[in-house]
Amino acid sequence: MDFSDSPEEAAFRSEARAFIQANAPHYLAENLAQSGFGNTNTGTHDTLTEAKKWQKAKADGGWACLMWPVEYGGRGASPIQNVIWSQEEGLYSRLSGTFIIGQGMCAPTMMAYASETHKQRYLPKLASGEEVWCQMFSEPHGGSDLAGLRTRAVKDGDEWVVNGQKIWTSGAQHSDYGILITRTDPEVAKHKGLTMFFLDMKSPGVKVVPIKQANGNSEFNEVYFDNVRIPDHQRLGGVGDGWRVSITTLMNERMAIGGSIATGFPEIYDLVSELDIQGQPALENPAVQARLADWYVMAAGLKNNASRMISALSKGDMPGPENSMGKLVAGNMMQDIAKYALDLQGHAGTLVDPKVAEGAARFQAMLLRSPAVRIEGGTDQILRNIIGERVLGLPEDMRADKGIPFNQIPTSGSSG
Amino acid sequence: MNFDFSDEQKLLADQVGRFLDEHCSTQVPRQVIDGKLGYAEPVWQGLGQMGLLGTAVEETYGGTGAGYLELCLVAQQLGAHIAPVPFGSTVYLVAEALMLFGTPAQKQNWLPGICDGSVKGALATVENLEQLNPAQISTRVVQGRVQGRKIIVADGNIADLLVVLAQHDGKPALFLVEAAGLDRETVESVDPSRDTAAINFAGATAELLVADGWPALQRLFDRAAVLYAFEQLGGAQSALDMAVAYAQERFAFGRAIGSFQAIKHMLADMYVTMKLAESNCYYAAWALANDTTDLPLAAATARVSATQAFQQCARDNIQVHGGMGFTWEFDCHLYYRRANFLALELGGLSEWQARLVKSLPLQQSA
Repeated sequence: MDFSDSPEEAAFRSEARAFIQANAPHYLAENLAQSGFGNTNTGTHDTLTEAKKWQKAKADGGWACLMWPVEYGGRGASPIQNVIWSQEEGLYSRLSGTFIIGQGMCAPTMMAYASETHKQRYLPKLASGEEVWCQMFSEPHGGSDLAGLRTRAVKDGDEWVVNGQKIWTSGAQHSDYGILITRTDPEVAKHKGLTMFFLDMKSPGVKVVPIKQANGNSEFNEVYFDNVRIPDHQRLGGVGDGWRVSITTLMNERMAIGGSIATGFPEIYDLVSELDIQGQPALENPAVQARLADWYVMAAGLKNNASRMISALSKGDMPGPENSMGKLVAGNMMQDIAKYALDLQGHAGTLVDPKVAEGAARFQAMLLRSPAVRIEGGTDQILRNIIGERVLGLPEDMRADKGIPFNQIPTSGSSG
Repeated sequence: MNFDFSDEQKLLADQVGRFLDEHCSTQVPRQVIDGKLGYAEPVWQGLGQMGLLGTAVEETYGGTGAGYLELCLVAQQLGAHIAPVPFGSTVYLVAEALMLFGTPAQKQNWLPGICDGSVKGALATVENLEQLNPAQISTRVVQGRVQGRKIIVADGNIADLLVVLAQHDGKPALFLVEAAGLDRETVESVDPSRDTAAINFAGATAELLVADGWPALQRLFDRAAVLYAFEQLGGAQSALDMAVAYAQERFAFGRAIGSFQAIKHMLADMYVTMKLAESNCYYAAWALANDTTDLPLAAATARVSATQAFQQCARDNIQVHGGMGFTWEFDCHLYYRRANFLALELGGLSEWQARLVKSLPLQQSA
């Protein structure tokens, strides 16, 4: 066990540091430091443009998607080197939000299931940020029950014709490509009739409609498919094999967001370090100390857990279902921290105007965005099921739809 | 960077685990609770024969010099088996205090006996029903004689050597006091599988260990907290395992109760708390083994985390068992008692929460 750098790791770290020193958009540092949760602050500069510029610079220097093979735009780096890079990239990683889904989830799926031609065509541009990808899984009738999805794909010669609707698609409005899970056979049990594809988001018949969210922003979209044609060579995995393919994506999702997930701890510590309660420093208040210590052990536990996961990956292990806990812990923590931070500000906690509210209204933004963290990419309840069943080995809940052909499963419209 | 124990270290943990599986089933703490044993002497002797009492003691003084990472794993196994032995008192507190503060003669005098199992130790600090603080210490040493009473000394009846916090030259200092012949009585604690004593010193001979006793005690506590955290972690894992096994085999409403989300989600939450504590313990083990500058923060983090994990797992293990969990016959209460005993042994959760916050580096960047 050794938490310090070996000489090779130290050399790699200084190489990374030198690249960042020479190439990072330092003019954005001050704004990026003030980014609230779920919003990347680039001041007067356009965020997407700046994000693409930094991603391209990283790709040109060999610092994009470090763990990917070199021929697909990566560096062939080890998991530990990847961690060292993220530590050094620091603030500038806040520009990577646009690419997380494409690079963290679509790409591993493409690597596992796309043809060599497609990998060489699409992966390097995904790494360099020249092309943005999204992932279309959830549907109005298939959220937690993802396999209950209804978007239909019907074979027509060498193509598939897609009709239906996806929802909660992050970044669809500026995506060039996306991966899409569809139902190709409604007459078999629900998990068995699914098939995965990737498609050009500019295909005729694709319509992207932003969702106005509860916090007033629009990161997510609805995507409608009206006779959209997808060539069969863009199928990922076998016909009817879509559920297994989606597991690859979701495992990587947990790794992509579980390891370096925001918890709100640095922000609450920053707040209480400056704050007085009834004329006394908040940090010396036992009630504050208790809350702060509890959150710190959770944040430290996640960080130390991620470090252990990286060690396991270095030895060739796969990311396991236990990584579901990252988002479960962080989502709840962030919501609690936001509420407490506002409590400590008294009535002023209600202000959301960034010009007036503490820290450009960072905790207010966190309060309003954090409910989504506990839902997106697997609700708290689904994550607890995964831990209970796949880590602890507990029996599955009874399912009313088990083994029944998809088109005979009762739905809200059909009951009574 | 490598965030895992080595294969050799894991092998040692397995060996200790197998020894305890064989010689320290839950029948053993039960025999102590029933008053048939003061502590598990055969287990203690076995630990001595395996060289485990001197895991972190250098060979000059009779130890194996294996190190603190190894000692952490031994602690985890002892915690998992709720072993009724004075291991923490002797090894994490008394041996550690001797190694940190003792003169070569003091070390030579006591450490070999600790390593071979012939000397058991205990730390005597508390004098009233409040959290420990220097102002409450009225026990004092004058001309090498100690006067005063300690009201709660873990493993105090079975100890041969005591480290005693007592006033000396106007401030609390730590002294070595031989226990034989002292006026000792058993006091009942929440965990009767661990011995607890009240001790009257009545002018016994005391030998100075360290004059500036309060800061020394804090340093000792930082180190011991990591080792106790591993015991707590082991206990949390055993309580969780017990709950999971029951949820799989107990049927109600025609199905295993672990298939109900109300039970499953409670078990998932137990697992999450345990896993966070485990990872915090791993980091703290490294900080302890390397005596890093962030040891106080790492130790408090492991301590708070492991205290919470063991308390939650022990509490909810009872809940998963329903009525059977509240019987004397089922082992649930053994974990519940040990969890709440260990939570307080070095000072409670709120004290460690405060220590943690005081150890945070000033102003992290957001």
